[in-house]
Amino acid sequence: MLKVNGVSRSFGDHRVLDSVSFDVKPGRMTGFLGANGAGKTTTMRIILGVLKADAGSVTWNGQPVTQGVRQRFGYMPEERGLYPKMKVADQIQWFGRLHGMSAAAAASSTERLLEELDLSTRANDKLEALSLGNQQRAQIAASLVHDPELLILDEPFSGLDPIAVDTVLRVLRQRAADGAPVLFSSHQLSVVEQLCDDLVIISTGEIKASGERDELKQRYGTPRYELVVGSDAGWLRDVPGIKVTSVDGPRAVFEPASTDGFRNGGEALDQRILQEAMRRGEVRAFTPVVPSLNEIFKEAI
Amino acid sequence: MTSVEERTSVESRNDSDGVSFMQATRLVAEREIKAFLQMKGFWIGLAAIVIGLFAASILPNVLGGGDTKVAVTGAEVAQTLEAGPFDVERTDDVAAAEELVRTEQVEAAVVPDTTGQSATGVSVVALENPPSDLMASLGSPPPVNLLDPGEVGEGEKQLVIMVFALVFMLFAMGGTAIAQSAVTEKQTRVVEILVSTLPVKSLLAGKIVGHTLLTVGQVVVLAIAAPIALQVGGNEALLEVILPALGWYVPFLILAFLLLASMWAVAGSLVSRQEDLGSTMGLVMTLVFGPYMAVIFLADNATAMTVLSYVPFSAAIAMPVRLFTGEAQLWEPFVSLGLIAVMIVVITAVATRLYTGSLLQTGGKVKLSRAWSSASD
Repeated sequence: MLKVNGVSRSFGDHRVLDSVSFDVKPGRMTGFLGANGAGKTTTMRIILGVLKADAGSVTWNGQPVTQGVRQRFGYMPEERGLYPKMKVADQIQWFGRLHGMSAAAAASSTERLLEELDLSTRANDKLEALSLGNQQRAQIAASLVHDPELLILDEPFSGLDPIAVDTVLRVLRQRAADGAPVLFSSHQLSVVEQLCDDLVIISTGEIKASGERDELKQRYGTPRYELVVGSDAGWLRDVPGIKVTSVDGPRAVFEPASTDGFRNGGEALDQRILQEAMRRGEVRAFTPVVPSLNEIFKEAI
Repeated sequence: MTSVEERTSVESRNDSDGVSFMQATRLVAEREIKAFLQMKGFWIGLAAIVIGLFAASILPNVLGGGDTKVAVTGAEVAQTLEAGPFDVERTDDVAAAEELVRTEQVEAAVVPDTTGQSATGVSVVALENPPSDLMASLGSPPPVNLLDPGEVGEGEKQLVIMVFALVFMLFAMGGTAIAQSAVTEKQTRVVEILVSTLPVKSLLAGKIVGHTLLTVGQVVVLAIAAPIALQVGGNEALLEVILPALGWYVPFLILAFLLLASMWAVAGSLVSRQEDLGSTMGLVMTLVFGPYMAVIFLADNATAMTVLSYVPFSAAIAMPVRLFTGEAQLWEPFVSLGLIAVMIVVITAVATRLYTGSLLQTGGKVKLSRAWSSASD
């Protein structure tokens, strides 16, 4: 398990990270969410030893993260880059050896990965001859070649075409299933939503929320119901105790007016509304609306 | 979940400390060398230098009319030589022939032998060394009388300086390659992966080792090609003059390259784009060509040359020249080499810090003071 404990960092007078703490657990995909400039990249750079922390520590399985430990990590920086004039396979193999693999092991791992990422046909092309999407795949291969114990990916999906996103998703899920913790940042909430098990939300250098995705959704998302009736649903507006967020003919979404939710006091507000709707006529649907990550995100920061 | 945690902890207990400094340095050096050997430009450049070398050695013989000017005393020999590729000037006596040699109006003189050691009854008089084509056409080698042995002639001195020019061109190319490699890694941002994986010092050391080997390798190619070219061009005599001095050039050249190598890397790491390299490489370029120019202009000033042969940046040229001309004592090159070695340690230590500090700073040109102070990040 990777533990980030109270990490702080300033650039000049500007405090970029303020006592940041969170865990990345084995076998789980952890999404790292935050607006641009929130401190995601700085945090990742500190974990990877590219930057030093002013205070706090990073540990891997209880041990401090040293150069030797870091060599077993896989890192894909936000600003992508490989050697443009080097052949794809040569390059990935070289990175494998840089991470301590033997030449033979690096070669077979490279071959396997290129296969997995649908890049085998370009193995002997120079990197600069590849399309941007394929360069991205090569980048991912370079961060996976040594079968890392921990994967840290900064915006792994930006710049990928939809097919590549699927390929990369598949590969990353496989690594997580094999037991490697995966920490990835993204601002594409929809991707994070379908991919991550855990969430860490950062804003202006502070961790605002962290934990399991579903638990966070319950904690931060406002409970909401969607009601679809046979005729016009406009009457909902006059029901006390709720706030209607949208009405579109027979369809309406509503939430409790107070922060206590639907179940304050003895009576369940949601059940009373359902009964009222059935009394008025046909009810086609009455569904709880699962809050989107977007919502959690906005609420948490 | 527990099983996974157990597995990882067992693994980490068994793990070594990863790739060592030496291994990382070797891998970086290997990549630098491979990248260069795969470049067409590299081979074209090297081929151009070798071809140039051969051309410089052979062409004068082919184009310069070819006829060697010879003064001859004795009608019989004169007739024989006039049939060959020689411009023969008949003289009445030996003294007149020797005078023509001394005033360099002819390259050599063929006179009747007086020592009694000659099989053909003639001997050759020359200033420093007899023309080889003349020697060849006289059948069994006649005795040679050198009027001005020992002294190193102007021609040789020029040649030595030319060889230096060639070597320094290689140095400038090798240095530029280090700077370009550093800036490429910054420009493409691959440096971030590198820094997270291996010690920055091994990244720098690998570059220096790789390009030193490449440059020394090219010097070796030149060292092998030059004698062959001289042989083909019929300049064996020149070869004999150069060879003894060659032994001293090698250690000086290697140290001279190492002296500047880390500075080239800093020049590259200060900027983020290839286009900006010129602005930071100026100083290092000056340190390559400044001493070279100084040695050329001050070559006749013994005091200046003595000083230059101890200043680390110019010692690599000045000291071998002094050895070549016989001015330096035997212990002098060792002291000079020692001084360069000390300077290498100092410069490399400073450069390592600057390189570390500027490597991850992107944007414009990094100020040296900022590179120095942010090295602790």
